[in-house]
Amino acid sequence: MYKAAIIGAGVVGGMTARRLSAYDMSIAILEKEADVAMGQSKANSGIVHAGFDPKPGSLKAVLNVEGNRLMEKTCAELGVGYRKNGALIVAFNDEDMKNLGILYERGAENGVEGLKLLDGDQARKMEKNLSKSVRGALYAPTSGVVCPYELTIEAVGNAMDNGAELYRNFKVCDIKKEAHGFIIEAEDGRIIESEYVINCAGIYSDKIASMVGDDSFTVTPRAGEYMLLDKEAGYLTDATIFKVPDHMGKGVLATKTVDGNILLGPTSVDREDKEDCKVTAGGLAVVKEKEMRFFDEVPFDKVITQFTGLRAHGDKGDFIINSPVKGFINAAGIESPGLTSAPAIAVKIEKLLLESGMHVSLKENYNPCRKKRVVFSRCSPEEKNRLIKENSDYGQIICRCEEVTKAEILDAIRTNPGAVDVDGIKRRTRSGMGRCQGGFCMPGVLEILAEELKKAPEEITKKGGDSKILFGRLKAGEKK
Amino acid sequence: MKNAQVVIIGGGPAGMSAAVAAKEAGAERVMVIERDSSLGGILQQCIHNGFGLHKFGEELTGPEYAERYEKLVSDAGIEFLTDTMVTDLSRDRVVTCVNGNGCMQIKADAVVLAMGCRERPRGALNVPGERPAGVITAGTAQKFVNMKGYLPGKKIVILGSGDIGLIMARRMTLEGVEVKAVCEIMEDSGGLTRNIVQCLRDFEIPLKLHHTVTEIHGKERVEGVTVTEVDDKLNPVRGTEEYISCDTLMLSVGLIPENELSKKAEIKMDLKTKGPVIGEFKQTEVPGIFACGNVVKVHELVDFVSDEGEIAGRNAARFALGKDLEAGEKGKKHVTEKKGVKNLAPEGEPVVICTVCPVGCKITVTSPEKEGEEFKTEGNTCSRGRAYAIKEVTSPERTLTTVMRCGDGTMVPVKTDRPIPKDKIFECMKIINEKTLMLPIKLGDIIIEKIGETEANVVCSKSLS
Repeated sequence: MYKAAIIGAGVVGGMTARRLSAYDMSIAILEKEADVAMGQSKANSGIVHAGFDPKPGSLKAVLNVEGNRLMEKTCAELGVGYRKNGALIVAFNDEDMKNLGILYERGAENGVEGLKLLDGDQARKMEKNLSKSVRGALYAPTSGVVCPYELTIEAVGNAMDNGAELYRNFKVCDIKKEAHGFIIEAEDGRIIESEYVINCAGIYSDKIASMVGDDSFTVTPRAGEYMLLDKEAGYLTDATIFKVPDHMGKGVLATKTVDGNILLGPTSVDREDKEDCKVTAGGLAVVKEKEMRFFDEVPFDKVITQFTGLRAHGDKGDFIINSPVKGFINAAGIESPGLTSAPAIAVKIEKLLLESGMHVSLKENYNPCRKKRVVFSRCSPEEKNRLIKENSDYGQIICRCEEVTKAEILDAIRTNPGAVDVDGIKRRTRSGMGRCQGGFCMPGVLEILAEELKKAPEEITKKGGDSKILFGRLKAGEKK
Repeated sequence: MKNAQVVIIGGGPAGMSAAVAAKEAGAERVMVIERDSSLGGILQQCIHNGFGLHKFGEELTGPEYAERYEKLVSDAGIEFLTDTMVTDLSRDRVVTCVNGNGCMQIKADAVVLAMGCRERPRGALNVPGERPAGVITAGTAQKFVNMKGYLPGKKIVILGSGDIGLIMARRMTLEGVEVKAVCEIMEDSGGLTRNIVQCLRDFEIPLKLHHTVTEIHGKERVEGVTVTEVDDKLNPVRGTEEYISCDTLMLSVGLIPENELSKKAEIKMDLKTKGPVIGEFKQTEVPGIFACGNVVKVHELVDFVSDEGEIAGRNAARFALGKDLEAGEKGKKHVTEKKGVKNLAPEGEPVVICTVCPVGCKITVTSPEKEGEEFKTEGNTCSRGRAYAIKEVTSPERTLTTVMRCGDGTMVPVKTDRPIPKDKIFECMKIINEKTLMLPIKLGDIIIEKIGETEANVVCSKSLS
């Protein structure tokens, strides 16, 4: 019997697990995929929003601003890259200029610090590639960027370091309320009992809630399609550029990620299937067209990949954080600014649990910090030399685009939550994330995974499930 | 910091020939730095034949071509570091590299860039659809099959009809894989005509010109692709979509010079070739830094890469020794081989593109009208061509190249030492597949004598210990 079971190892589940792991209690994190950060936490804009956008007084507004304040310290503790690059919300016409003023007021009301209205030239002075047709901008200096899956992985890892247990491929199919707590069943028959259940299941959070009889909301997968550009396109912008929302909605953004790539997108289209992560020709065309308003020229020839993320769009117009049944807490409909809000959502959930009568005391040996992963490519020649002398696996470069070493890949497999597939290595080390997109390093990564996990190479997958990479060995069956 | 006269970055065909030429031109301390565990570069996985026609006047496999140069390098006493990757290069020719012993810096009097090229990945193509496993570049597939001995798919569609795509279509077919189609967005293939004949036509693999893949299906593993015809502006034509069920999409959509280091040294780049701008001495605009091979631009044949490597290596040595630079042999012109399907006669017609030498004569063969008369040939410029053309229309033969497995898992490239009848290819593959090898083994060692009652022996095409 666990004290708390957290359903979903995305950023909200991860942050919540981390927060609760400060207490002397047993925690199970239940994830339906083979790895953590496999839903919207791996495919979103990675923006630490300032908080001028949500409606004042809403949970989104309060938790966004609070989350923004917590983010820098959280990232520092977890050893996660974070950059406060600021945001420019740009306006092109009279309607936009009016909306910019409204946004400024709203931001001030939400408690966002440092907001400033700029004219077109001032904006271009900050970001010289902005289009001449930009007439004005709202500058938000507290806006930042973070790598969303890195944050999730390290949060879950930190929770695990402090005693939380991760159950992978645990697809919850039934929850029964008993007198002493809940019985949670997975599709493969595994069963877990827990006194408290926290629903952080992203686009499936409505399905999970409905298992305890809460049908008060629905969550729609809202697709956002993106293009990722080579670091060589990094000159385009440093700040995050948004279009001021108008009667057509929020529009796309352009940003420089924490790793220095340029990210363009997202679109915003509801999909019927919660698993439909297709990239569409139409979606990419929309991204292209809209981005071309921001800049006179966009180096689309530097695109290295495209992807689609599904936002968990709730039908209540705000985050849904409540307790519909005693001992069961929803953190549902967590769409943008969910990533920013995650640390604050975790605090809110902690309070709800304590208020509901959960009796736990703080751990004496809780450690909020993680050992920072070695990023070989960023080390000086002297540091590299020292690392190799200590461990010769640092001298073996597996991914040439991102200069990732065998030692870093092994570390990704051995450190909580350990990578078990090729994409898992990619998200932890950037191996395969460069301009050749794994063409060179994938066979090497696969071999290291197989060796370290003591599996046959043909058992290693790209991303769990049936995503196998190889179909067996050549000339193996013939000889007997 | 170490010192060297000439440091060559990359131990593939360009780097090896540059090293040999630099040593011949008088440089004492020549050093080749290679990131793989042996010299040879991409040649090691190119187990097919067709290399060396220009350079050695005979058809070699990739590993055989590499081994000839490896011997030249070792005979010349050239120092080479394997499993070592260069991570930085400065304009004043300080080369930073790492290997299992540490991170070291070498100050070079001259540097030759010979890093080769890489494949364009899927992302650069903007193919809509899911992101499943099973989308793989032809080169990665080649590495899995030929070097590691693993099958990356069972039913495949190939996008792009460059030479690697064509070669892999045959390679996969030989290993029992079903190649459903090769799609080419352009109106003709950029691959060599001989490859179209020997890799596609021989195995009746459809080549769909003016077609591209417009969607990838499958959540976890590829389940199929949508193939669509394109118009003259290369835009998909609505209503021509065709769903092809497959488990793998193999990409052969072009190569790009590997220019990380060129860029780190801020060498002026050519926007068209995407490699450094080089002059007649193969010099970049940074004094003392030379470049050759596919790092400059993607070459059609390895033979040309070796030629360019020689000029670069020689001049790097001359620069290091303070001598004037020397251009390549005047008047030496490369014969370009025939490409695409435009030269090909429709299947079944007795018109043959000769593959005996790079000239690629188009030879028409007329069968004798009466018994006792000879075949007539038209368009050939030599008797070898005539013999080849007659053979091709009467009883075509092919050299078979494949790999064999050793007990320890090492894959050994092998070939038939002479062509075998085309219709015996699969029979011979079956015989080869039943046998396991033991190391050590030397290039040229006979593994199977007179395979399948032919005159050909199966020989090893790489020395391994």
